[in-house]
Amino acid sequence: MKFQRKSRLRALAFGAAAISGALVLTACGSDNNAGTSSSGGSSNTAAAGNITCAGKQANLLASGSTAQANAMQVWVKNYMQACPNTQINYKPTGSGAGQTEFLQGSTAFAGSDSALKPDQIAQSKQVCPGGGQAIDLPMVGGAIAVGYNLPGVSNLVLDAPTLAKIFNAQITTWNDPAIKKLNPGVTLPSTSIQAFHRSDSSGTTDNFTAYLGGAAPSAWSYPHDKAFKGKGGQSAAGSSGVAAQVKQTPGAIGYFELSYATADNLPTVKINTGASQAVEASSATASKAIATAKRVGTGNDLALKFDYATNVEGAYPITLVTYEIVCDKGNKPATLGATKSFLTYIASDAGQQNLSSMGYAPLPAEIATEVRQQINSLS
Amino acid sequence: MSDATTESASTTAPEPSLLTRRRLPRWAPAGIGVASVALGVGIGVATGLSSRLQWGLIALLLFIGLTYVITARVEGRHQAKDRVATSLVWACFMVAVVPLYSLLQTTIAKGIKVLDGNFLTHSMGGVITMMPGGGVYHAIIGTLEQVGLASLIAVPIGLLTAVYLVEYGRGKLAKVVTFFVDVMTGVPSIVAGLFILSFWIIILGFGFSGFAGSLALAILMMPVVVRSTEEMLKLVPNELREASLALGVPKWRTILKVVLPTSIGGIMTGIMLAVARIAGETAPVLLLVFGNQLINNNPFSGAQSSLPYYVFEQYSNGNDASYNRAWAAALVLIGFVMILNLVARAIARWKAPRTGR
Amino acid sequence: MTLSTTNTTIPPPKAQKVVTQPGDRIFLGLSRGSGILLLVIMAAIAIFLTVRAVHAISHDHGNFLSTFEWNADQTPPVFGIAVLAYGTIISSVIAMVIAVPIGVGIALFISHYAPRRLASPLAYLVDLLAAVPSIVYGLWGAIYLVPNLQGLNLWLNEYLGWTGIFHKTDPSSSARSLFTVGILLAIMVLPIITNVSREVFRQVPKAHEEAALALGATRWEVIRMAVLPFARSGIISASMLGLGRALGETMAVAIVLSASPQLTIHLLDPAGGTFAQNIAAKFGEATDFGRDALIASGLVLFVITLLVNGAARLIIARRKEYSGANA
Repeated sequence: MKFQRKSRLRALAFGAAAISGALVLTACGSDNNAGTSSSGGSSNTAAAGNITCAGKQANLLASGSTAQANAMQVWVKNYMQACPNTQINYKPTGSGAGQTEFLQGSTAFAGSDSALKPDQIAQSKQVCPGGGQAIDLPMVGGAIAVGYNLPGVSNLVLDAPTLAKIFNAQITTWNDPAIKKLNPGVTLPSTSIQAFHRSDSSGTTDNFTAYLGGAAPSAWSYPHDKAFKGKGGQSAAGSSGVAAQVKQTPGAIGYFELSYATADNLPTVKINTGASQAVEASSATASKAIATAKRVGTGNDLALKFDYATNVEGAYPITLVTYEIVCDKGNKPATLGATKSFLTYIASDAGQQNLSSMGYAPLPAEIATEVRQQINSLS
Repeated sequence: MSDATTESASTTAPEPSLLTRRRLPRWAPAGIGVASVALGVGIGVATGLSSRLQWGLIALLLFIGLTYVITARVEGRHQAKDRVATSLVWACFMVAVVPLYSLLQTTIAKGIKVLDGNFLTHSMGGVITMMPGGGVYHAIIGTLEQVGLASLIAVPIGLLTAVYLVEYGRGKLAKVVTFFVDVMTGVPSIVAGLFILSFWIIILGFGFSGFAGSLALAILMMPVVVRSTEEMLKLVPNELREASLALGVPKWRTILKVVLPTSIGGIMTGIMLAVARIAGETAPVLLLVFGNQLINNNPFSGAQSSLPYYVFEQYSNGNDASYNRAWAAALVLIGFVMILNLVARAIARWKAPRTGR
Repeated sequence: MTLSTTNTTIPPPKAQKVVTQPGDRIFLGLSRGSGILLLVIMAAIAIFLTVRAVHAISHDHGNFLSTFEWNADQTPPVFGIAVLAYGTIISSVIAMVIAVPIGVGIALFISHYAPRRLASPLAYLVDLLAAVPSIVYGLWGAIYLVPNLQGLNLWLNEYLGWTGIFHKTDPSSSARSLFTVGILLAIMVLPIITNVSREVFRQVPKAHEEAALALGATRWEVIRMAVLPFARSGIISASMLGLGRALGETMAVAIVLSASPQLTIHLLDPAGGTFAQNIAAKFGEATDFGRDALIASGLVLFVITLLVNGAARLIIARRKEYSGANA
């Protein structure tokens, strides 16, 4: 018994030490990374500038598209520096999850690669009380790059039908006549093509296959979908997964947002659109393509539709636009001010300027004006 | 059962009754091992097999084969079987050590790059993920609080349920509980997360919080605690219970003072397994805690982060700075569980009655 | 040779007679209450899952059991579990075939074979490995295991390809197959099986082992006749805990497997899928209905786990005489 009592005392003492240790621990962390040498001060272009903060303290939760995650990070960082009263949390789990969480009323706004469907808009009337509904506001444009790993080849040109056949396992070797024809004077190896697509459903796949179907309908007969429908090939999870596979597999080709190609130093395919020169993926060429898009949203909704078969000079056709989804009327009073103020900032010139340095495409002026008007009238 | 006899029994285990037979020298297993490794490498090089794993496999098969053949010739088949069993057990150990060592070595080598005081005491507040910098502090706090709360809920319930099943459980209720514990071990973590999401957050209207995550983690933790504790309690010899009851000790004191202390080592192992399992869960945190770049010390309100979520988040960013942070956070997580494990073992050692081993 | 002495002893007095003190009643109430609470939670989860799963399955335009692809979010929704069930079972079977013998072997090594100075740090190391989060196993599997298994894959294809099982359709494709996933899962569940088995081996009554030794048994015979029979129930429980993790493993499989809606007996081809991997892959973009469909697949995983556990319980029940608390 003596032994037992002693050990219990010791256990108690230990428990007390653990709890007090935890208390001490909660006091010693810091959110402030500005003082450390390595924090990314260089990317902090045009921070505060013209940010108008919402008056009261607010805590914004938002979730959705992974494609706009990097842009959000920069915006959130700049905004919170200017407005320490507001905390913004953007969770990049996917457009569908973002839409679902928004429609459940758990988040202030959602980021999404695709516009809402009619039944979702009908459903949104419950979370936007007082006659409001959810609307799509285009905010970030971007290019979907087709990265490849072909030792010795650095200037690959492909067109839509060839891409479609590669991702549908109809062209299986790199020295196929179709590829040769598009790359005169380039020595192509006879190795087999390892085409990588996404194993998870994603807006990137949706937009990429929409391009294949839109620009090469005879070679790609599948409907565009968030799940990859083509035959053959291998798959990997997430854009980071596809990029990593392409990087480590000779003979590989895969699609992902431009920023992943930049981060992994992967060469990207130039697209022969029928314009005089093959177009390379970049934020400028993507912006040009987005400018050709048509507005299809009705009422306050600003959803866009692309012309994938465009042959405008210097317009890179494989693009996507990601939206912010909010209520036009009936946003929650607790978060309305902060939401409006934050969206105003990201749609402003200062906010959009941040984009191109990260591989995104700023909105064309015309669309941006409409978006700003819409944000102004949110209530 | 005194200490002295068990001590001698375990060290002299293979000796008795062999004194009169021919025996292989003590170095024989090592010698056969070296020979088979050499042969394995030789074959590997000669036939141009690219992977070292294959060399190892060949060496292993040779080792076991040679051991049997040689021992059978020298010591007879009875002994040969024993030798083969010994070498198989050693082989199991070797086979397992290779990947496990590689795993730890990879994590440490990659994780150590950005792991420093700054990393441990800062959050990701104001850090662009493409840039180096930032830290894991907010995630450590989140994991500590969420796992702590989940354990507070799950361990007592799990222990008591196991006690009920083993010590009291007769009749229908025990059978039904056993059945559902089995079912529960098969709950995928994301399903537990979805259940709490629709029950706690959507129906009851609570917001995202660390506590919501703890609830889901507790669901995942309970069956592991019950199942392993149950197993350990069953192993407590009935003689002990009977002796205690015969002395007039009431049953509940018998359980608390005799049964539980006897099996405390195993129970702790089970609890640690459960903690280790939930400490590495991403899905419930993704659904229920939401994730956060900033420090939030309050687990009952507002979004938090956690170490596995942080690893997942940084991994999906897909750039070198983020990968470094992901590995470092994984290392922190392993370290966290390691410390917890040490503590649990220490407690188990204090509490356990002394035995021979 | 019967070594079990416990089952010949007099059973303890019946529980009701012992309950004489208020403490006993409180304790019994508490422990029974926990059991009931657990039951209530589980029942709630089961009802929740069933309701949502039934909703999804009733709107499925494909056959839920035999459809290969998973397109729950298109109109009309077409989804089925054929590929997922196959992949989950195959990869878990591979994992168990590898991990159970090796895990038990390591546990024996720690409890009976290793030099004492080595045993304790080893046990600690294995405990530690149970703590490695699955996403780390996934990352490690992708950068270390997949390239290193490519050689083995090609070798299997060359010499055992005629079996069909080890045929690799495109030898230049990577080793991100169900076979590799099985091996990775084996490595992941190894620590669980080892830990629990080791604890069980430690509890084997010394008297049994000494009795066997006294009869002139070799060390292996002691283990075979005294240790393993006593520990059988524990080993099965340990395997079930491991299997639970293997069946439900999400992130590691999602990172390593090249998933596709193909059902093939060529285990080395980069194709296939598992329940948990599919949930992780589709969840981010799923609508409300898509989530219900994924929950339906979770329910199937549930049922599979249940069947396996039930079988294991049956085996244990048959060997109950070796348990200590068998009264």
